[in-house]
Amino acid sequence: MDRITQAFARARSQNRAAFVAYLCAGDPDFATSLEACRALLRNGVDILELGVPFSDPLADGLTNQLAAQRALEGGMTMARVNELATALRTEFPEVPLVFYTYYNLVFSNGIEAYVSAAKAAGLDALLTLDLPPEESSDVAEACARHGLKTVFIVAPTTPSARLPVIAAAATGFIYYVSREGVTGVRDSVAGGIPEALAAIKKHTTLPVVVGFGIGTRAHVSEVARHADGVVVGSALVNVIRDHLQNRASIAGAMGQKAADLVAGTARA
Amino acid sequence: MVSTASTSAAVSPESLPDAHGRFGAFGGAYVPETLVTALKELSEVYETARHDPAYVEELHRHLKEFAGRPTELYFAERLTAHCGGAKIYFKREDLLHTGAHKINNAIGQVLLARRMGKPRVIAETGAGQHGVATAAVCAKFGLQCRVYMGAVDMERQALNVFRMRLMGAEVVGVEAGQKTLKDAVNEAMRDWVTNVRDTHYILGSALGAHPYPMMVRDFHRVIGKEARSQMLEREGRLPDEIIACVGGGSNAMGVFFDFLKDESVRLVGVEAGGHGIRQGEHAARFEGGKLGVLQGCKTYILQNADGQIELTHSVSAGLDYAAIGPEHAYYRDTGRVRYAYACDDEVMEIFQLCSRLEGIIPALESTHALVEGVKRAKQMRKDEILLINVSGRGDKDVNQVAKLLGVKLF
Repeated sequence: MDRITQAFARARSQNRAAFVAYLCAGDPDFATSLEACRALLRNGVDILELGVPFSDPLADGLTNQLAAQRALEGGMTMARVNELATALRTEFPEVPLVFYTYYNLVFSNGIEAYVSAAKAAGLDALLTLDLPPEESSDVAEACARHGLKTVFIVAPTTPSARLPVIAAAATGFIYYVSREGVTGVRDSVAGGIPEALAAIKKHTTLPVVVGFGIGTRAHVSEVARHADGVVVGSALVNVIRDHLQNRASIAGAMGQKAADLVAGTARA
Repeated sequence: MVSTASTSAAVSPESLPDAHGRFGAFGGAYVPETLVTALKELSEVYETARHDPAYVEELHRHLKEFAGRPTELYFAERLTAHCGGAKIYFKREDLLHTGAHKINNAIGQVLLARRMGKPRVIAETGAGQHGVATAAVCAKFGLQCRVYMGAVDMERQALNVFRMRLMGAEVVGVEAGQKTLKDAVNEAMRDWVTNVRDTHYILGSALGAHPYPMMVRDFHRVIGKEARSQMLEREGRLPDEIIACVGGGSNAMGVFFDFLKDESVRLVGVEAGGHGIRQGEHAARFEGGKLGVLQGCKTYILQNADGQIELTHSVSAGLDYAAIGPEHAYYRDTGRVRYAYACDDEVMEIFQLCSRLEGIIPALESTHALVEGVKRAKQMRKDEILLINVSGRGDKDVNQVAKLLGVKLF
């Protein structure tokens, strides 16, 4: 069984949703980022999405934009991102690692090279924010060749007629973006999640995770009742932002935050 | 030096883009899932509208009554004498309401927004001309309007910021990235992703995801159509060469399009050479750019080895952008259009020359075309005809030029 399938199966057997955490690789620097990722994985995170920093992250809110900027200013390159992933893979052989990236980074040096390097670094799947299924055949083929899975997004604006197209493209899991908009913490969880998940499930047997705007244990708990997995990103990135003056304290704070949020995944 | 390549003759320009928005290897629709359906809706609404006589009639009426079309074809007599070569004509898009060709597209798209029942409009702007045009049409039709503009551009185009606000638009400064056009597009896309149900994004150049490059081009084709019939009427023949500046490439695509099949007509696009072709100091995508995907389409992009988008520079905010419209990338590869670049210092010189010789102050963007035009006219015979698209007027640039020349205005 592959790592992604295993992670969801394990969570399900424990009567909880899988916890999917997002951090931008290299934010604010390589060493601190590696420590922050370790803290997540030691505190119950089931799947780690590694944001690959991009100069023009148009699907991301300010929190993630600034994180990418810090990482790039801190000297992150594609090679360094792969290095960070390799280090995590060596220490945490079981945890699925997913690249959360933008298409130009995948495309510009050759899709084949990108995908094979990601596979070699121990990645399990690729989520490309600005690559809808209609444009994804080259990436899908390369991923299939190298044994990397794909993650695709369903949005509240996605009509039901498109669901089979997205379900056919995804091989890892499906990411339901619970609201129109960019990434970022919100006051409340969006409405309509159970209905949307039910509609998606008609077209796929893959796990479906829910993200965008989820930032507190209460939010996690609310979403965990319906979804196979809950994604938290900006709320974790904010931990880094809030401790920039004392980088040595980031990992500790990250671990606490993760433990608190992961506790919300339990289904009563 | 310029080949009137016949390679493009096999594919009819009208057949591009294909159903997926591709011009050969370029174009497409690389957007987050949230926008996929909005783009499809826009494609369908546009396709229906363009075949609807009522829409076409209304568009033409506003282009005439509100924008001031047709624009004149003007013989630049003293500039011609100065160069001593080809006869130079200007297509006077600078005479349009709001000061540039951008109004052609703004009117076309605001009518689509109304057709879709969307009460709110957003736009990005670089030099501010597209923002001003969008603010004007939103005022005219009573739609809510928000314009995103890089903070650096707001400073160098302060006059246009005030014009937009006078017409009721909200202008939002963008502090991200290098604070110019590219960052304004990112911010407009973020707004659109968030408010897509009630908002239409009036993208201002022949850029972005399908159907924008095609639609924006179509709305500007009127430039080339008019120029063609005006030239035939005036000179009894087509021009030998047409030159236009290229940021995203909307005015250039508009003036070129109806001449693409005329192989005797050489077409030249002029990019921004900034301080010269060194990393981070120019915006000439065909000089050092490589194939990539930015803000919705596949095209030539200034980027580093990792695929991070490079900083750009140009004295003209409207050309200061890291990607080029996908249709330009296509015609560059087929060889049908030649691309050159003009640097800031040349632009400053010709800006003043044109003002002095013709009594026409061109936009700094359009002046890039004039720089190449002056060079080419000198190399061409006196019985040849050169057409330069003066895409906008330079009123907006006067403050910046004064500053660069060390002249204190107030």
